[in-house]
Amino acid sequence: MASSVSAIAERDLPARYKGLGRRRFNSFLGTGLALFCALVAAASLLAILGYVVRQGVGAINWEFLTDVPHPIGVPGGGVGNGIVGSLIIIGIATLMALPVGLLTGIYLALFGRGVLPESLRFLSDVLSGVPSIAIGLFAYALLVAPFKHFSAFSASFAFMMLMLPLLVRTSEQAIRTVPQTVREGALALGMSNFRATIQIVLPTALPAIVTALLLAIARVTGETAPLLFTAFGSQFWETNPGNPMAELSLQVFTYAISPYPSWQAQAWGGALLLIVAVFVLSLGARLMLARAMRGLSE
Amino acid sequence: MTAVAAPAEILATDDLSAYYGEHKAVGDVSIQFRRKAVTALIGPSGCGKTTLLRCLNRIHEVLFDARVTGRVLLDGHDIYATDMDPMRVRRRIGMVFQRPNPFPTLSILDNVLACGRHGLTREQKLQVAERALRAAALWDEVKDKLKTSPLRLSGGQQQRLCIARAIAAEPEVLLMDEPTASLDPIATAVIEELMCSLAKEFTIVAVTHNMQQAARVSDVTAFMLADETRIGRLIEVDDTSKLFTKPRDPRTEDYITGRFG
Ligand SMILES: Nc1ncnc2c1ncn2[C@@H]1O[C@H](COP(=O)(O)OP(=O)(O)OP(=O)(O)O)[C@@H](O)[C@H]1O
Ligand SMILES: [Mg+2]
Repeated sequence: MASSVSAIAERDLPARYKGLGRRRFNSFLGTGLALFCALVAAASLLAILGYVVRQGVGAINWEFLTDVPHPIGVPGGGVGNGIVGSLIIIGIATLMALPVGLLTGIYLALFGRGVLPESLRFLSDVLSGVPSIAIGLFAYALLVAPFKHFSAFSASFAFMMLMLPLLVRTSEQAIRTVPQTVREGALALGMSNFRATIQIVLPTALPAIVTALLLAIARVTGETAPLLFTAFGSQFWETNPGNPMAELSLQVFTYAISPYPSWQAQAWGGALLLIVAVFVLSLGARLMLARAMRGLSE
Repeated sequence: MTAVAAPAEILATDDLSAYYGEHKAVGDVSIQFRRKAVTALIGPSGCGKTTLLRCLNRIHEVLFDARVTGRVLLDGHDIYATDMDPMRVRRRIGMVFQRPNPFPTLSILDNVLACGRHGLTREQKLQVAERALRAAALWDEVKDKLKTSPLRLSGGQQQRLCIARAIAAEPEVLLMDEPTASLDPIATAVIEELMCSLAKEFTIVAVTHNMQQAARVSDVTAFMLADETRIGRLIEVDDTSKLFTKPRDPRTEDYITGRFG
């Protein structure tokens, strides 16, 4: 009975509805395929996470977090100097990249047409595609080779170059999503272009900009290549940015390629710390973004 | 058209044309706005009312590719002269936009005070804000949540907030683009009353689609119409009572009797 009803219905449908069954099947197939791929991606991600946690969690203890590396043969030791080094190097990089990136983003959003803005955008796209090792090499040529001295600052400089294109484009986009009517409202009150941007437009775009900043920090937190010939690494507590400095991901690299099992175990511990740091940063970014979306739609 | 505005007019345009890129949206408009009066701008949708209004406080030019030719005289001085500072012009000529545009990150109170009334104490600022909010018929609805986000207000409340924000700056001329389009009849009546009382001190230019409203609140009415090339033209401007009873142009008559538009 039911089938005859649907048969009548199918016959009576206008031509554009013909073949509905096949389209429904195709849609089903497409959804299924997408779901399958998503599951594979999620599973491999979880597998990596699980593996790093299993390998690394044993290495993590108070000494690991607070001590400097011990010489080969002396048991124990840690990556405390690397953690501090990472904070210093990334901190300086952020302090340099944020104002430059943000102001460039504001400039592009407000005066975004013409030869100069277009070439700025193009350059920043190119820069974001340059391999980080090449940027490290550039920092080496500019800030290490002339002084014949490795330094944490040269690493910060390389990191800044990595963060800049991300910050420039995302802050431009964040400012652009602020409705033009809001900006006009501020101008119509007699505010200067600058004040309207700083006082009205920028705060509206702020959550999205903070999101971009956190993602940019997360990005460089996972970088090792540019550090090899800039920060170089150190066995000591080093806090002077003018000197070679330990850095967590660099220590992971050194330990991982070493032949000593105790160092290899510490490499896993360091990798776990890096993943946790990136995880926290990305989570923070997500939360900020959620706030930004809510702010705009509320 | 006299080059220098006579004392009766605070604001006048002289051969004013406005462009969006290559498209001329308003063409060769010469009109005078009487001091301390309400002038209503009427005309069918898309005839350039908003565009004309936006030329009067130099906000048209902030759009990319937007251009203005001709002159706008404020107290006899061309606001488009090179030595005129657009910020000063906009302080003297306030604007309420067609769509409510409260500042999303500022509180209701800070929205009203956003024009930057410096040198006032906290109490004085509160007084300024209260007066503006009362005038915009919003005070009773927001007096308990001045520190909250304006985005939680309804569309009509947001529009009244924007009106309060504009009058708190105490401009000499207030441009209002369909200020009551999103309001209920009660709030509309309050805003119309406000326009009439403001007109004792300020000059008001208001766009409206509502013929009755134009008849109720305005002293002078200007009728605009887009010609066959979509250029907005000023067809007729006259005392409201005359324009609605004895229009000189047949197109005006067609429009106000509802034959098109
Ligand atoms: N930002 C813009 N860019 C390009 N063209 C525009 C822009 N804004 C308006 N126009 C054009 O200018 C003409 C006049 O528009 P305007 O907004 O001034 O009309 P209006 O009389 O205010 O209409 P309404 O009553 O619907 O608000 C229209 O043809 C419109 O398409
Ligand atoms: Mg309009």
